[in-house]
Amino acid sequence: MDDNFEPTILAFFCNWCTYTAADLAGTSRLSYPPNIKIIRVMCSGMVDPKYVIKALLEGADGVLVSGCNPGDCHYINGNFKARRRIKLLKEILPSFGFEPERLRLTWIAASDGVLLAETLQELVAQIKTLGPSQARMQLVG
Amino acid sequence: MVITAKIDVKDHDLLDALRGLFKNILAKEDVNAILAPCRLPTKKMVMPTLLTDPVSLNSVDPLSPAFPMNNAKIVSRLTRKPSGGTIAAVMRPCEIRAFVELVKLKQARTDKLIRIGIDCLGAMGNRDYLNWAGENGDGAANTFAAQVLSGKTPDMGSVEPAQACQSCELPVAEGADISIGFFGVDTRQQILVQALTDKGGHLLESLDLSAAEEPASRRKEIERLISERTTFRDNMFAETAGKTDSVEKLSAYLAGCVNCYNCRVACPVCYCRECVFVTDVFDHEPNQYLRWARKKGAVKMPTDTLLYHITRLAHMSTACVGCGQCTNACPNDIAIMPLFRMIAYNTQRAFNYEAGKNPEEMPPLSEFKEDEFAEIVGIHN
Repeated sequence: MDDNFEPTILAFFCNWCTYTAADLAGTSRLSYPPNIKIIRVMCSGMVDPKYVIKALLEGADGVLVSGCNPGDCHYINGNFKARRRIKLLKEILPSFGFEPERLRLTWIAASDGVLLAETLQELVAQIKTLGPSQARMQLVG
Repeated sequence: MVITAKIDVKDHDLLDALRGLFKNILAKEDVNAILAPCRLPTKKMVMPTLLTDPVSLNSVDPLSPAFPMNNAKIVSRLTRKPSGGTIAAVMRPCEIRAFVELVKLKQARTDKLIRIGIDCLGAMGNRDYLNWAGENGDGAANTFAAQVLSGKTPDMGSVEPAQACQSCELPVAEGADISIGFFGVDTRQQILVQALTDKGGHLLESLDLSAAEEPASRRKEIERLISERTTFRDNMFAETAGKTDSVEKLSAYLAGCVNCYNCRVACPVCYCRECVFVTDVFDHEPNQYLRWARKKGAVKMPTDTLLYHITRLAHMSTACVGCGQCTNACPNDIAIMPLFRMIAYNTQRAFNYEAGKNPEEMPPLSEFKEDEFAEIVGIHN
């Protein structure tokens, strides 16, 4: 494994919980690796499967979708929709050689800045161990 | 309750017996039209045709190994709003399953429709059928049916049945109102007609057919077919998995794809009224392409071929009925069906769902529960 490998991880954070947690982590001066590229979405339930597919095909080494805990969704059940879609993708993508660990779903509440920083640190470490994604190394069209 | 009747076959002419049955059905006051595969005089291809004239029923041909399209889409078109009459539609089992999926998505309705399902004898790919279909249509259809039903490999020259049909383990129409049975029945003498619903029972009773028992050989013959097809299917899955288990291999598998999207048009359960791949979302600015090309050194045009296929899998694989029209529609002979069926098998199993089976069951991406799939949440699994 290349010791200098710095993964690119795309993270879809819901506006109300996980994104707020990321904000809290920042204001609390907690740090997490810069490998995480955050995209703020209004709800984890609006993450279309094709966003995830596109990210992985374009060479992202990992994709994280994170929303509110069950029962906390500001749109009542968007996070349950997200969970079914991630379940679906986890049935499809590994058939084409994407390791299941490259796609993650977590629930992180607005007050969980510490949990957020820890989760991201661990996620980056995991993907570093996994190595670069297969799609990164070739021209995918 | 299942009501079973029979119709007699004269001079081994299965097609004539079926046409007689359909004429009998069309003569009923409450049936206004029949949708059935027809070999029209000007065409070699058998196409779904909406018939109201009893004489035109003489061109009905549900036996020929022709399957130019999955008629679930046609039936959806005829039933999505009230048509002002009741239609009896002759459908293959995979057409009924696709139709059930469309009903769940509120793109079709069952209230003014009688589904006549037939034991499916299988079909060839479109091009193969056109090469095979002789001038003597009726004769060819009857010979083909007789050969399939006697358990022999039908004489089709160098042509094979479509892979979709060879791997189909659901050859009997379970979701029909009336089912027409050939398997395990002595079709030189008779055809089995069964009512599977109240609507079907009502119609069947009005037809005054002689009552019959389902022959014991029928279950056995169906089981034999299912086990043969399941073996074929599993081998097909294993072979396809070996050819597509990395992005590199998948790219090679789909190398001939020119983004024509014919497979999506042919797919009976590709349910979006407007596909995102033909909208502005993918109509990028010219300078965007140039930027991509600069960034990566090269960009394949048209772009997003893999994204298209995998997105389509995410959309419709839980509804895939394995009819094989995607392969049929591909201008570059890509074997789409084995790939899509393989993934569909996995996604449907993951949600404990079987496309087209139970009309009461919601499609997996239309319902969601608080307490499920906990195992995929978190980063420690």
